[in-house]
Amino acid sequence: MILGSINPAVLLAALMVAATPILLAAIGELVVEKSGVLNLGVEGMMIIGAVTGFVIAVNTSSALVGFIGAALGGMVLSLLFALLTQVLMTNHVASGLALTLFGLGLSALIGQGYVGVTPPRTPKLDLGWLSEIPFLGRALFSHDIMVYLTIALVAGVWLFLSHTRAGMILRAVGENHDAAHALGYHVKRVRTLAIMFGGACAGLGGAYLSLIRVPQWTEGMTVGAGWIALALVVFASWRPWRAMAGAYLFGGVVVLQLNLQAAGVRIPVEYLSMSPYLITIMVLAIISSGKARGSLNAPGSLNRPFHASN
Amino acid sequence: MIRLERRKEPSTFWRVANPFLAVILTMLAGGMMFVALGKDPVTAIRLIFFDPIFSAQFGSYSRPQLLIKSAPLILIAVGLAIGFKANIWNIGAEGQYIMGALFGAGVALAFFPLQGWYIFPLMILAGAFGGFLWAMIPAILKTRFNTNEILVSLLLVYVAERILAAMALGLMRNPDQPGFPGSRDLRRYESAHNAELIAGTGLHWGVVAALVAVIFAYVMMTRHMLGFHVRLAGQAPRAARFAGVAPARLVVICLGIAGALAGLAGMFEVSGPGGQVRIEFAVGYGFTAIIVAFLGRLHPIGIVLAGLLLGLTYIGGELAQMMLGLPSASIQVFQGMLLFFLLALDFQTNYRIRLREEVRR
Repeated sequence: MILGSINPAVLLAALMVAATPILLAAIGELVVEKSGVLNLGVEGMMIIGAVTGFVIAVNTSSALVGFIGAALGGMVLSLLFALLTQVLMTNHVASGLALTLFGLGLSALIGQGYVGVTPPRTPKLDLGWLSEIPFLGRALFSHDIMVYLTIALVAGVWLFLSHTRAGMILRAVGENHDAAHALGYHVKRVRTLAIMFGGACAGLGGAYLSLIRVPQWTEGMTVGAGWIALALVVFASWRPWRAMAGAYLFGGVVVLQLNLQAAGVRIPVEYLSMSPYLITIMVLAIISSGKARGSLNAPGSLNRPFHASN
Repeated sequence: MIRLERRKEPSTFWRVANPFLAVILTMLAGGMMFVALGKDPVTAIRLIFFDPIFSAQFGSYSRPQLLIKSAPLILIAVGLAIGFKANIWNIGAEGQYIMGALFGAGVALAFFPLQGWYIFPLMILAGAFGGFLWAMIPAILKTRFNTNEILVSLLLVYVAERILAAMALGLMRNPDQPGFPGSRDLRRYESAHNAELIAGTGLHWGVVAALVAVIFAYVMMTRHMLGFHVRLAGQAPRAARFAGVAPARLVVICLGIAGALAGLAGMFEVSGPGGQVRIEFAVGYGFTAIIVAFLGRLHPIGIVLAGLLLGLTYIGGELAQMMLGLPSASIQVFQGMLLFFLLALDFQTNYRIRLREEVRR
């Protein structure tokens, strides 16, 4: 049996790595959507993060500086989206698409001299005796620092949204922007900040792909990860921990599929590699259907532009 | 203090003027980008926008290319625009384009080496059907399960790209040249070849189809009940429901039309200019067509103009790549900027800039 050659501890470890970039982008987008904005430019911000992180990391020989640069890169691009949708009142869907198309082109332009370059290694987090534990040590406690930071970020977002005043304001703006405005909250300011946070997260997710997961720069290397992150937010019904569960589930599919490829299953590689997309679509359909009622949890003002009438 | 005031009616003047302004602004910003890349901006802009048509040196090659590149853009954008008007966002035209090409090529390869007048019409039907079928996936998921059509249609592009690769390497690979990926060259198979109708013009059946689609869309949107329903559903969904417009039916119709037209574009491409099923067959027409639809103001005539312009940037981009060594991605940046500027300028269409003092009076 070919599946016997797959080591479950290694599989679990690979799953966490595969899930991290999508989880980063998804947790950022979750906050953005909670504030009532649908930013379809996640793919564009991710790939800009991937390329800026890569270029900066190579030039400074520090992966850490690369990650910071990637967050800034994604944030700058998201500011463009904020300018369009919050100041110039453009259509969210069209602006998000523009962001993705522009980001894909610009990233290819920036990265053209960096194809085939090896980025500096990201240091593994030394967890001492924890990584010595059999099975669990290999599966859970021998990762790079970004995997743990991402989990911390999920916890932070959950804490922020459900237990802080600022999080409550953000949710109010997303649920009913007219009421929030009447209460004196600055709808546009809150949304702009949320968009910037989403951009930084997407940038980090992209850099995780180019600096750790692949680690290389190739044109269009995100291959739909940003869109899968968007689907993940719907899957999670806008709840942070469910986003994490969804990302790990998805990571499992990706890793299993890669392992089947490596094990030489007699299914062409092309069919195996389309499975993550197909499974995402199927899960979306199940979650969105009437019975599961997942879509009922969507923020009330999602994708409705706000313009104060006085 | 500056503030925006919503206009009671969108300004017609700015609606028409903004696409032109956006093109000019894109040229300026693009020029700055070329300076940053260390190229002469004037030469680059001239190469992209003027030389493909007016230059004596390149004109004879690139003038026919204009129709070849614009036809699929227009064909796809016309279909997309109908959906966009009704607030149905099919952004996976690239996938529908690929599936149309595969279905069309599949018919041709199944008949090979038979010759017959009926083969090409069958391929046309198959191409439209392939794109239609692929668009029905998001349509049915939307109407049955309330799934977001934006995400599904887009994710299906990646699935279609992998089916394309699987076909080029497997089922449709040319059995006479097993060492190479890719199918038989349909241009060498007379009954399946989408040849130029008038030699040296680039005019092939896809161009004819694009023109027919433009006229059809124009009549439908302005003269037919369906067009009225589409516009109504986009502008006032509640009123549309009272008027008896079934939202589910509209989703199926809009996605179906867009899918079939994108499938046709793929079929005409693979049997003509593209020639064969290859891994690199899809070059992003499905995504550029989204920009074409917006730049053309979702209006059939506007789409023709916008399609010609963006077709021009494809050819000009190739020229600039050849002559100046500009990276091929810069044309993508260019197209993205165009959409940005257009969207940004459109605030003038819906809003008026007012100074605070003026309002008080």
